[in-house]
Formats: sequence, structure tokens, C-alpha cells
Amino acid sequence: MSTADLLYSEAEDDLRAAVRSLLTDRCPPAAVISEAESGRAYDVALWRALGAEMGTAGLLVPDKLGGQGATAREAAVVMEELGRAVAPVPYLTSAVLAAATLLGCDTDQEAVARLLGAVAEGRTVGALAVPLSTVAVVPGGGSGAPAATVRADGDSTLSGQVSGVAGAAGADLLLVPATGADGYGLYAVETAETSVTVEPLTSLDLTRPLAAVTLTGAPARRLAGPGRAEAAIGRALLTGAGLLASEQLGVAEWCLTETVRHTKERHQFGRPIGSFQALKHRMAALWLELVSARATARYAADALATDSPDAAVAVAVAQAHCAEVAVHAAEECVQLHGGIGMTWEHPAHLYLKRAKSDQLALGTPGRHRQALAGLVDLPAPTG
Amino acid sequence: MSTTRHRPAVDADELRRRVRELLDAHPPATTDRLDFLRARFDAGLAWVHYPAGLGGLDAPRSLQAVVDAELAAAGAPDNDPRRIGIGLGMAAPTILGFGTDEQRERLLRPLWTGEEVWCQLFSEPGAGSDLAALATRAVRDGDDWVVDGQKVWTSSAHLARWAILIARTDPDQPKHRGISYFICDMTDPGVEVRPLRQITGEAEFNEVFLTGVRIPDSRRLGEIGEGWRVAQTTLMNERVAIGGGRVPREGGMIGLVADTWRERPELRTHDLHQRLLRLWVESEAARLAGERLRQQLAVGQPGPEGSAMKLAFARLNQQISALEVELLGEEGLLYDDWTLRRPELVDFTGREAGYRYLRAKGNSIEGGTSEVLLNIIAERVLGLPPEPRTDKDVPWKDLPR
Repeated sequence: MSTADLLYSEAEDDLRAAVRSLLTDRCPPAAVISEAESGRAYDVALWRALGAEMGTAGLLVPDKLGGQGATAREAAVVMEELGRAVAPVPYLTSAVLAAATLLGCDTDQEAVARLLGAVAEGRTVGALAVPLSTVAVVPGGGSGAPAATVRADGDSTLSGQVSGVAGAAGADLLLVPATGADGYGLYAVETAETSVTVEPLTSLDLTRPLAAVTLTGAPARRLAGPGRAEAAIGRALLTGAGLLASEQLGVAEWCLTETVRHTKERHQFGRPIGSFQALKHRMAALWLELVSARATARYAADALATDSPDAAVAVAVAQAHCAEVAVHAAEECVQLHGGIGMTWEHPAHLYLKRAKSDQLALGTPGRHRQALAGLVDLPAPTG
Repeated sequence: MSTTRHRPAVDADELRRRVRELLDAHPPATTDRLDFLRARFDAGLAWVHYPAGLGGLDAPRSLQAVVDAELAAAGAPDNDPRRIGIGLGMAAPTILGFGTDEQRERLLRPLWTGEEVWCQLFSEPGAGSDLAALATRAVRDGDDWVVDGQKVWTSSAHLARWAILIARTDPDQPKHRGISYFICDMTDPGVEVRPLRQITGEAEFNEVFLTGVRIPDSRRLGEIGEGWRVAQTTLMNERVAIGGGRVPREGGMIGLVADTWRERPELRTHDLHQRLLRLWVESEAARLAGERLRQQLAVGQPGPEGSAMKLAFARLNQQISALEVELLGEEGLLYDDWTLRRPELVDFTGREAGYRYLRAKGNSIEGGTSEVLLNIIAERVLGLPPEPRTDKDVPWKDLPR
């Protein structure tokens, strides 16, 4: 655990610059607001440019399987930038959660390899059909898969419902955990089938909307059986939670930067409000939180990239910490912007909504601390 | 980020070779401790980034770790940097930066070996966070300066041979411009050190009374009236020193309370469990931030995160030690010993929770209060505008006191 590289490599800096430049051009705050009001599940043109043309959709996937052969470290940098822009693209849900789930299956299977290649090239948008609030790490340590709410009937049809799935609206491919006669398994379902209903829900986070998935005898292909399916989903959820910390870092970073900018320009009582110590200390305190959030997010990304035995602890620490930092930064951003922070036109609300939703996504800080109790031997009182 | 790095004049292999030479010539098992330390200094292996002839080899600072590791493995004596922390962390870089050749040659070697302990005469009863408000006067008299005033919070003054001192040499100037920087001989007549007992019952610190102390002008550092600028070097190095160091997981105060938690299940409550887990996460986050800072320094990208570390550890130490007192229940109502002691070192882990709780209160005051550090971060890192100053261009003698 002492050898982890917590800095950014030059390649990572280059990747960041490319992603930031694209997002600056194509995803300014005003565009995010109008996209959120459009009713579309995500910004299709932006995702084509970012995921397919720039190749970020395949960062986690090896070259020979159609991806870029990078690691969680590079994906984390992309997540930071997407957080800074609250970009409405299915990166977390498709390029991270769906890709990592498929990577956990037997990639020698033609069906798995084909789906993975399509997701990695950004041709197919995938989603893991579990509630976004699912925690990656089970209390007591290790990573676990959620119980299936979908039933597998006979050979390969699925029936049942999954609520609160992020990235399902607009997805082409659903990866569905289901239980049948053969036990727990992971199934691939095409959303184009008429027996698949994806009903968008009105979500707190406008930029990462949730949907309810209903399957009524939907044709499905089993990708992994008991054991393998659970491990693949558990690992994907752990990867998602670890990388979400970098998104939270990006959200917090934007909030602090904009708050500093605003309080330097906004004059009240005859001077910039940023010169008042009561406000300066709050912004300096946020900066301190960001310093440690960056360290935990980098550590989690590195632990995932190197498949470190400490990955579960690293992710739980990063999630418990960064989720709170992002919410705090977004709340301070709204407050220190005063009235303008409450308006629909100002983007602060997009960040608050993303930060608060991210706090619940893939396990709340409390659930991650509970997991840590088992991982680092700080047991709860008995009775 | 820079892509080209200067090739160091002395690399790690060269340093390892020099360490072996030193060890061959002065086997630690049979060499007197001070003789070894002096030989190490003369070999340029004391602080490798210092100039040749002054204990260093002009090597990159990051290579010091190589030397330290090799010497530790060989069982060589160390110079106990904790005890001589003020000399190493504050006096040495200032002497190096502003001293004359004579001062450097006379002072740095016994400073590094620990033969001469240093203290700092900066803070005053009326000038703590507003350090530039200091009132200790130094008046020129021929080749000497005559110093009168009172300093406070002086660690190690009762052990020190030398002090770095800032004093007002021109009261007609605004407060930052009328200060000069001196080296004070603590054995001189007129220097009186009195223990200052504190909240823990110990007297770690001292008050120092200066009455007609004569300091030769040759022991001035920097120009007359430039003392504030010189002091900035000292203070910056102090904060770097506080931020350094590599710790394992649970290496700080959190490890003590975590062990108590594991060993004494009868003390556990749900409320304490929630708080312990939060503090465990924050401690790990602070540890990783410290590690990240260390990695940045190692590749030559120092950041402003050093002051972040001091703030984080001050807050964590206070919260963790407070939790530990509560965890101990009945025992938390007791204290180990109120006897007046004069420790040479602050012992954070050797004494019990009540002591740590009280001592940690100083962490957010000493070395720059947390409030002042937050201002520094806000202004220098975030670029926020300063508060309006009413004392800026006013001669010090006309300021309200």
C-alpha cells in the first residue's frame, strides 16, 4: 500500500487536457441545462465525440478486446473532468459499470467479447441493471453482488423489475442479474425488444436520470453463472464506486473554483465579499477537503488499476470521504453565491443535484464506513 | 509539469558509495557518537542538498532518504532531529540563506550534530499571530546592538546555546519594515529563561526576558530593517518541516484509539463507533494527502499542501484524543500526573489520553494558528483578496497598542 502512485502521469495530464478541451467546447453549463430540459436520456453527439471518437469508452478494456488498454487511473481522470462539467453522458454507467461487468465474465466467450467490444468502441451503450444506490462492498468485507429482483425462466427469458437504474434510459444493452433454476446469473438483454420497458423517472440529478426497467419474458442470453456473475458484478460495483470518487472530486473542484471566482468579483459593503474572513475560511476549509479528497481518489484509482489487495479499503475510504466533500462543496457553492445560487439559470444547482445523488450512488458514506469496520477490524458493539 | 529534469551532480549510487566510505572509516560500533556525526557532516552526508563544505554535496533534497536509509541499516547513530528540530527546521535554512561565510562555518556543524541546541525568539506576549507587531527593541551602540524585551512560547530555551531573534530596530518605520534579525547567544548576560507551565501541567515552553543583552553586529542575519523578509524564510521552512514525514496506516493518533477499541470491547458504544469510523476515514485521507505531498516533493513539484497537512493534523489530533477520553469512560475522568516536568520532547504517544487531549489543543495554535493558516491558504492559494489593513503604512510607534 505504500508504493501507490498518487500523482498524475504525463499521459494522464494529456488525456485530461483533451477531455477538458472537448467539454469546454461542447458542454458548457448552458448546454447542460438545455440538454437536461430536452427530455433526452443523454447528449448523444457529445457521447459520440467523447466515447467513440476520443476512445474513452474503452479505456478499461484491453486492446485485444477492442478497447484502449488503459486502467482505472486514466478512467479516473476522465471521471474528474466529467464531474467538473456535470456532463450528461453515460460514461459511468456504460464505460465503467457495464464494461467492468463484462470484463468480469469469461471474455473467451464469443458473446461476451462481442458485447464488450461494442461497448468499448462506444457503438453500444450498456447499463448494469441494478439500482444506482447499490453498495459495492458488503459489510464484513469483500465485494458482493446485490440480490436479483429478476427471474430467469426456462432457457433464457427474463421477467421482473429493477428500480432506479442509472443509464438504462438510452441504453442499447442491459446487463441483468437474475435468478433461475440454475441459480444466480448475469444476462444480456437488448432494450429494443418489445418485452423490455424502460420508463424514465423524474430524478433529483437531471444529468444522470434514473429509469425503472420492466422485463416481461424478455429474450436474454446468459453471460455468467453463479459465482462468476456475482464476482463480476461485485468487482464492477467496486470499480464504479472507486471511480465515482474522482467524479465527486471534479464536482467539488468546480464548485470551489466558481465560488472563489464569484466572491472575488461580487462586491457588498464596499469590498469584494471574498475578502471577508468568515467567507475566506470556509473556502480555505473546502480547499483542505479537496487536497485529501484528491489523495483518496487517486489512491482508489491506483489500487483498482493495480488490482491491489487493499482495493476494497481504498474504495471505501474514497467513497466515505469524497461523497461528503462533494456535497459540502456544492452546498457552500449555492450558499456563497447568494440569491443567484438559487436560480435555474446558474449552474450551481446542477452540481448540487449531482453531488447529492452521487452521495447515495453505489453506497452512501455511512454504508462505506460500515464496510470499513469489517475490513479494518473496528467492529461494532455487540447488542 | 516539467518534462526535463536536471541531472543531479551527485546521484543515489554516488551517495551510497560515499556512505560506505564513511562507514569503513568510522565503524559505528566502535566510533564515539559525536565523532561519527562530525565525520558524517564533514563527508557531506548530513543534509545532502546543502553546499559542499557545509554538510552537503549540492545533491537533490529527495536523495537524503537514500543516505538516511543506508545509515540506519548500518546502525549508525542519528542526530535526533526531534530534539534539535528548531535548529534544523528554522535556524539552519535561514543561516544558509542569509548568513555570512563565517556564520555558516561556525554555526551549522554543531547545529546539525546537536552539540548546540537552538531556540527561536519570535513570539511575544503582544505579538503572536500578528508577529510583526513585536516590541522587543534592539538599539545600536557602536559595534553592538543592545536588546530589551520579552519573548514567550520558547521551546528548548532552557537547553539552547543559540537563538534566532527578531527585534525592532526602527520604530519610525511601519511595523514590517523596522525589524532586524539576529543570532542571540543564550549564555550572554541579560538573558533570563523562566519555565512557562501550561495546560498539561508540564513546562515545555519558556518565557525569555532580555535585559540589556549585547549582540555584536556581526551576528545580524540580513540587512538592517530586512528582518521580516528573513523571518519569512524561517517560517516557511518551519511549515515544510511540520508537513513532511511518511507514516503507515494508523500511524498517528488514530492507531492508539483503534487499538483500545479492538482490545476493550466492553467500552464500545454505537455512537462512539460512528465517530471512530469517521475519524479513521479522515485520518487515512490525511495520511494519503501527506503521502501525495511527499511524492510531489520527490519529483520536484512542491505544492502549497504543507499548510493543509498542519491544519488537518491539528484538527484530527484534537478530535481523536477527545474521542479517546470519552471511550475510556471511568478512566477518562482521571489524569496520569500533574507534576511539573520539563520535557525535552513533546511525547504524544507515550502518555495517556487525557494528556493527549490537552496537549493537542496547542496543535491549532503553535507554528501559526489554524485561523492564520486558513487566511494564508485563502489569499495565497485561492487568490482571495486580503482584508483591509489599517496598520499598513503607519509607523510602528504610532500604532495603537
